[in-house]
Amino acid sequence: MDIDNGLVDRLAELSKLEFNADEKERIKGDLQKILNLVEKLNEVNVDGVEPLKYMNDDVNVLREDEVKGQVSKADALSNAPQRDSDYFKVPKVIKK
Amino acid sequence: MSDDKYSKYELVIGLEVHAQLSTKSKMYCGDSTEFGASPNTQVSPLSLGHPGTLPRVNKAAVAAAVKIGLAMDGEIREVNEFARKNYFYADLPKGYQITQDKTPICTNGFLKFEVNGEEKTVRIHRIHMEEDAGKSTHDLDPFFTLVDLNRAGVPLVEIVTEPDIRSSDEAYQYLTEVRKLVRFLEICDGNLEEGSMRCDANISIRKVGETILNTRVEVKNMNSIRNVKRAIEAEFIRQVDLVEEGGVVVQETRGFDANTGKTLGQRSKEFAHDYRYFPEPDLPPVVITDAYIQDVRANMPKLPKQLISEYVNHFGLPLYDATVITDDKDLAFYFNDLLKLTSNYKAASNWVLGPVKSFLNENGLEISQFVLKPQALADLIALIDSGKTNFSVASQKIFPEMIVAPAKSPLQIAEELNLLQNSDEGMIKELVAQVLSSMPAKVEEYKAGKKGLMGLFVGEVMKASKGKADPKVTNKLLNELLEN
Repeated sequence: MDIDNGLVDRLAELSKLEFNADEKERIKGDLQKILNLVEKLNEVNVDGVEPLKYMNDDVNVLREDEVKGQVSKADALSNAPQRDSDYFKVPKVIKK
Repeated sequence: MSDDKYSKYELVIGLEVHAQLSTKSKMYCGDSTEFGASPNTQVSPLSLGHPGTLPRVNKAAVAAAVKIGLAMDGEIREVNEFARKNYFYADLPKGYQITQDKTPICTNGFLKFEVNGEEKTVRIHRIHMEEDAGKSTHDLDPFFTLVDLNRAGVPLVEIVTEPDIRSSDEAYQYLTEVRKLVRFLEICDGNLEEGSMRCDANISIRKVGETILNTRVEVKNMNSIRNVKRAIEAEFIRQVDLVEEGGVVVQETRGFDANTGKTLGQRSKEFAHDYRYFPEPDLPPVVITDAYIQDVRANMPKLPKQLISEYVNHFGLPLYDATVITDDKDLAFYFNDLLKLTSNYKAASNWVLGPVKSFLNENGLEISQFVLKPQALADLIALIDSGKTNFSVASQKIFPEMIVAPAKSPLQIAEELNLLQNSDEGMIKELVAQVLSSMPAKVEEYKAGKKGLMGLFVGEVMKASKGKADPKVTNKLLNELLEN
């Protein structure tokens, strides 16, 4: 698969990122290298092998319905680049 | 004729309902779900989207999803997997919503209900479990959008119909039934105004008689069942006008403006979303066994349909009474308790639908806020049945006093207010005789066929007894004496 400008633009849109022309070229190169690396996996024959979704065979690892493990508002907001005393502040976005 | 253009078309509607589950904690972590808390106080590293956290499924949410699936006669899936639905938005800190993509917990359900006297069946395409996003506020700060993550991760079930709904009335009734079900099951409080139940409508039109599905428009932002109905009606007119003028309906998301009653195109990006679903590797599958389903079923409360049939067939109540009582879960539960305490079922229904409901309506109260317990009402019914009082005295004098002093028994109140009626035949007979002998002319008229005078005689006896003569006994004695 080839990484072209259209794909980079689409990925940028989905991840709400912006690139200038130079950056776009660099990212195209990086993404192409990553894809080529992963494409090596295509050389392995996986006929009849179920995809491995989980790291073990556990099922029904459920929680009781209990309130547990909350953090304080101050802690919650402490890592945010922008905040006020109550909220995370993010660039104004139009309503979805 | 221009009005006629609308009758050439019919509506094709599918509804998606999101119901917030009334669990104590969130879907995949232990944050509280309580409504109305201070912003960002019901959060944890998981709901904040910090790395290195592991989600775990809330047992109670699974049970709730199975309940609504069974209530809609659906098939419950054995192996439930979760998936990540990826999109980038500030109120979704993980960058993906954990939902069920290919393995919804319930499929092939249906809901039957009556619309304008006709039975309607709406097929349920799927019900799946997922989590809510946080809340963004755009108008509190002039330069920023403010994000509160208390709601991020609150459990939801999404209930998706097939495109079986053909009118705004059917949509209205469907939503009313869904709300009733989630309330009877006590899995969601069903409040559209507060957003604990939300509805999106997929609306298209086609010529009557056609079976194709045309391009649909998704309408959002309807915060009441009535507004869903209004939005559908507005969208029907918009789409018919558009097509009749040679236009084409385009696939888009529109919002409903309750003030203008119109739908508006939302300024969303034209390109279709690409959610890049993939399996959630952090959540092992939830396996639902037959034994588990049996257990959930056994613990489900009776649903409106069952209750109506019981009220009518077992308790002999009119269908109308049964239907009105089961419109409100709390009223139905109250009535169920009352039925256990009295054997005069029709009186129980009359009381609940009469004096009790009027009192609640006049005072803007819910049955859950009503001070009189079913036992008190049962005692009052028993007092009437014993002949010590009658319905009109009980409802006008004793009942209001009971509400003021709920600790007192109806008998006590009747005694204190000197309201106990006299059903002593000897005493009443004397009064009857006195009254009749005091108005011989009227008695003659009565005997000559003016039967309407009976009311006058009864009234006179009541007056003479200061309102305490048992009207039933009075009537009986008057009849006896007048026929002789």
